[in-house]
Amino acid sequence: MDLFRLKAHELQQKLFRREVSAVEITQSVLARADKVDSTIQSFITRTPEAALAQAKRVDEKLARGEAVSPLAGIPGALKDNMCTKGVKTTCASKILANFVPPYDATITEKLAAADAVIVGKANLDEFAMGSSTENSGFFVTRNPWDTDRVPGGSSGGSGAAVAAGEAIWSLGSDTGGSIRLPAAYCGVVGLKPTYGRVSRYGLVAYASSLDQIGPFARDVRDCALVLGAISGHDRRDSTSINAPVPDYTAKLESGVKGLKIGLPREYFVAGMQPEVEAAIRRSIDELVAMGAELVEVSMPHTQYALATYYLIATAEASSNLGRYDGVGFGHRGEGSDIVSMYKRSRAEGFGPEVQRRIMLGTYALSSGYYDAYYLKALKVRTLIKQDFDRAFGQVDVLIAPIAPTTAFKIGEKVEDPLAMYLVDVCTIPSNLAGVPALSLPCGFADGLPIGMQIIGPHLSEATLLQVAYTFEQAHDYHKQLAAIREVD
Amino acid sequence: MKLNRKDVEHVALLSRLELSETELDKYTGQLDAILEYIDVLNQVDTSAVEPMAHVLDIRNVMRADEVQPSLPREAALQNAPDAEDGFFKVPKIVE
Amino acid sequence: MKFETVIGLEVHTELKTASKIFCGCTTEFGGDQNTHVCPVCLGLPGVLPVLNEKVLEFAIRTGLALNCKISHYSKFDRKNYYYPDLPKNFQTSQYDLPICEGGYLDIEVGGETKRIGITRVHMEEDAGKLVHSGTISNSEYALVDYNRTGVPLLEIVSEPDIRTPEEAKAYLEKIKSILSYIDVSDCKMEEGSLRCDANISLRPVGQEQFGTKAEIKNVNSFKAVQRALEYEQERQEEVLSEGGRIIQETRTWDDSRGVTLSMRNKEQAQDYRYFPEPDLVPIVVDSEQIEAIRRSLPELPDARKARIMKEQGLSAYDAEVITATRPMADYFDALIAAGAEAKAAANWLMGEVSKLLNACSLDIRSCPVPPANLAEMIALIEKGTISGKIAKTVFEAMWNEGKTAPVIVKEQGLVQMSDEGELGNIVEAVIAANPQSVADFNAGKEKAVGFLVGQIMRQTKGRANPELVNRLLKEKLTGK
Repeated sequence: MDLFRLKAHELQQKLFRREVSAVEITQSVLARADKVDSTIQSFITRTPEAALAQAKRVDEKLARGEAVSPLAGIPGALKDNMCTKGVKTTCASKILANFVPPYDATITEKLAAADAVIVGKANLDEFAMGSSTENSGFFVTRNPWDTDRVPGGSSGGSGAAVAAGEAIWSLGSDTGGSIRLPAAYCGVVGLKPTYGRVSRYGLVAYASSLDQIGPFARDVRDCALVLGAISGHDRRDSTSINAPVPDYTAKLESGVKGLKIGLPREYFVAGMQPEVEAAIRRSIDELVAMGAELVEVSMPHTQYALATYYLIATAEASSNLGRYDGVGFGHRGEGSDIVSMYKRSRAEGFGPEVQRRIMLGTYALSSGYYDAYYLKALKVRTLIKQDFDRAFGQVDVLIAPIAPTTAFKIGEKVEDPLAMYLVDVCTIPSNLAGVPALSLPCGFADGLPIGMQIIGPHLSEATLLQVAYTFEQAHDYHKQLAAIREVD
Repeated sequence: MKLNRKDVEHVALLSRLELSETELDKYTGQLDAILEYIDVLNQVDTSAVEPMAHVLDIRNVMRADEVQPSLPREAALQNAPDAEDGFFKVPKIVE
Repeated sequence: MKFETVIGLEVHTELKTASKIFCGCTTEFGGDQNTHVCPVCLGLPGVLPVLNEKVLEFAIRTGLALNCKISHYSKFDRKNYYYPDLPKNFQTSQYDLPICEGGYLDIEVGGETKRIGITRVHMEEDAGKLVHSGTISNSEYALVDYNRTGVPLLEIVSEPDIRTPEEAKAYLEKIKSILSYIDVSDCKMEEGSLRCDANISLRPVGQEQFGTKAEIKNVNSFKAVQRALEYEQERQEEVLSEGGRIIQETRTWDDSRGVTLSMRNKEQAQDYRYFPEPDLVPIVVDSEQIEAIRRSLPELPDARKARIMKEQGLSAYDAEVITATRPMADYFDALIAAGAEAKAAANWLMGEVSKLLNACSLDIRSCPVPPANLAEMIALIEKGTISGKIAKTVFEAMWNEGKTAPVIVKEQGLVQMSDEGELGNIVEAVIAANPQSVADFNAGKEKAVGFLVGQIMRQTKGRANPELVNRLLKEKLTGK
């Protein structure tokens, strides 16, 4: 049996019943990656030895009859912007190509405490800036459903790895849609939790007020399991929410009867691929048929979200990325004095998209432009947040598309930054409002997955998972793993 | 034009980025297009709106004044491009 | 044309917390380079700051002691600039909503009290230390030590209310005095825990508008601040008198040459791009917390000085010196509590005690003679058991041997000779043995008395009661 094809909760059952060992599961997943990764290129760094050693420890624990967590022995991958002590953490940037953190991110510690197996560090758009993983400083990750297409971004490696069977689950980070877009393009479940739900300590910052770590999984139950393992208050993150972590699987089977679902009309933008719009509308009809109540809502500031995001995110990034200067760590360019060394290091180390965003953010904060750009964006952010507050006064969740189209061709938007930015138009608002949002497969168009977005108020993850689970169980999208043209 | 080549040169200096002439031209065009798009924000009346820097209403997060172990010096310096006698080493500083 | 000088000071003081402002590394001074560092203060990718609660408490204490309003809502901001002593290339500081605003302190110069406004007090992190090979201008490279990076700082900004370099020095002394009273900083300039930047400009007397200012950095002592300002005042006056213009710039103080020098181009392309620190949440302080901290404040120098003048009848000068530091004032209070007479206590404290402390480079908190013992010795002088002169010998012995005054006096037989008959015999013997001096005295040379007193003191090993000697000598010489 191809163990790599199973879900975490299925593997967990087999493991607990001693039908398979954690080492066997891990070997299956590693073998799958050996076979497909030269095509898909999900990983920047693979850690097979450490993974097998960890799997062995889990088997020993199980042999001793010790209690283990639901993720114990289940192989997963981390986006390569999460710090792993002793294992390279590159952010897919030449500037951090050889950076080995002397510390673990909080999520790395939590996963170790849950006995999870980590098989590698997944590719991304450099510093999580992008929507296609084409901005990786190293190589492009391919979409397992069609290797001529992008997996989405920025967590493209994390999404592709789960879709291609190279990991059972993975973690990504989402600043403007970077988990949800690759989840949609790769046909897996992806969740951006409430801002503050998962600690950011050890996540290399792109835009601090928007970044949030979240899971990729093959189905909703797995998504709930991983979320449970990584959530919780962290004293090392001042923006961490101090609230108990519920059992995210508890409400999965509660159905949608009586739930109020909001349809924000502004999310159905001009230029949407008709099949995508049709799939979303059809999904909503189905949820209504299952007992949910549909309410049309208006979120009038949605159209300003993208511009707002590109000011706030780049402003924060321009400051967060100041530390890559060739002094304490990372790439150093030649320079006879400090300033020329700085300029050379950063010009050589950062790719064009990162340079562009640093400059845009620097400009937005610079003397004479602060009020017109950065401050203006903070004010519009207030209005966008108020749109959500108003909507959630009326409905329990919102349903919207993840992206206007299915996965696009590699190279299609590389020369046009603005066209690339527009891909994120439906995912960005929830980052600005800090609310959780989930991406769920809801159909295909020409063999490419379509993602539906379920958005809820702060800390409503359990409700999002409940809605997603109800929909998922009525379909078989989660039962298919991408067939990779070159391999399968 | 929202910004010109000289603006980009200034921003590149503030950002400590060495740009070639070609890059300067390219970035000027791209940044100008993005700023042109961003102009959409001017349609929004924000005269009575408070800016929002934090999306959560969390305040007063502090730690007790307790000393925790520091890193061993080898670990502190392990990623340094250049080091000498336990110091990080950098090219000369010109004001 | 007559000019008026306008000075504003920015004081940076390191707070004496145990750990750094945003991480748990120690703030201890010294330590091998790069051993008091962790991922957070090294600014490694992925780290986040968490505020040390003691820093906020110390900032509020300071604000209250400087008569500031404490902000109920305050936040941190990032100040972005590239410099290798700043690992993140931004300094976490406070910009538009500092923790304290609008205070003042009173200084005394030339016997007059003057009020200097405090614009603001804010919290921020210190930078690391650079070691240049050779001088900054000819070095090939620099070495960086991040041990000081992240040590908590307060920046105290004065209003441009200071008018002379002397006032500037008095202001700094007062700041130092207050900070040490409220126990928030060691204020050791030599360790960099108190630093000062000075803004100075000149304007024609009577003109409202400020002139163009220069900022002076790198001044390492109060004396140097005064000297640097005196130099700069003269330089600007010269430039203006010759019809020249002052350039707004940063100048550095060269202490050995006694001049300020232009740091060229420093201001060019400087744009700090302040914005709210997204990794730290706002600070909200309610009135109750502020009042609790206010209640915990000790008596401050001005109040203590006034009290000592009133209760003990000391002069303004004596009270000022004694209350300059809290340990000194505490010592004084302990002397009084042990029964010492105030003026004598003050004189001993400002005299012998300070002299020996300085000679041994000791802080009064480590003074080997406890206040009760010194009070006991002062009482012996009062009673006439020992003379003031002998007391100095006794005090030194107390200092060195750790014994009490009565023990030393007994052991060394230092009790004062106050017996008129006994002393009278010695006086007569000395007069008889020194006819020349007697003749000199009779010829009107008052100085001759001094010589005779000296002879009497020598014969009595200094134990003779000096007042009695003087009286007896006068009587016997004049035959009255």
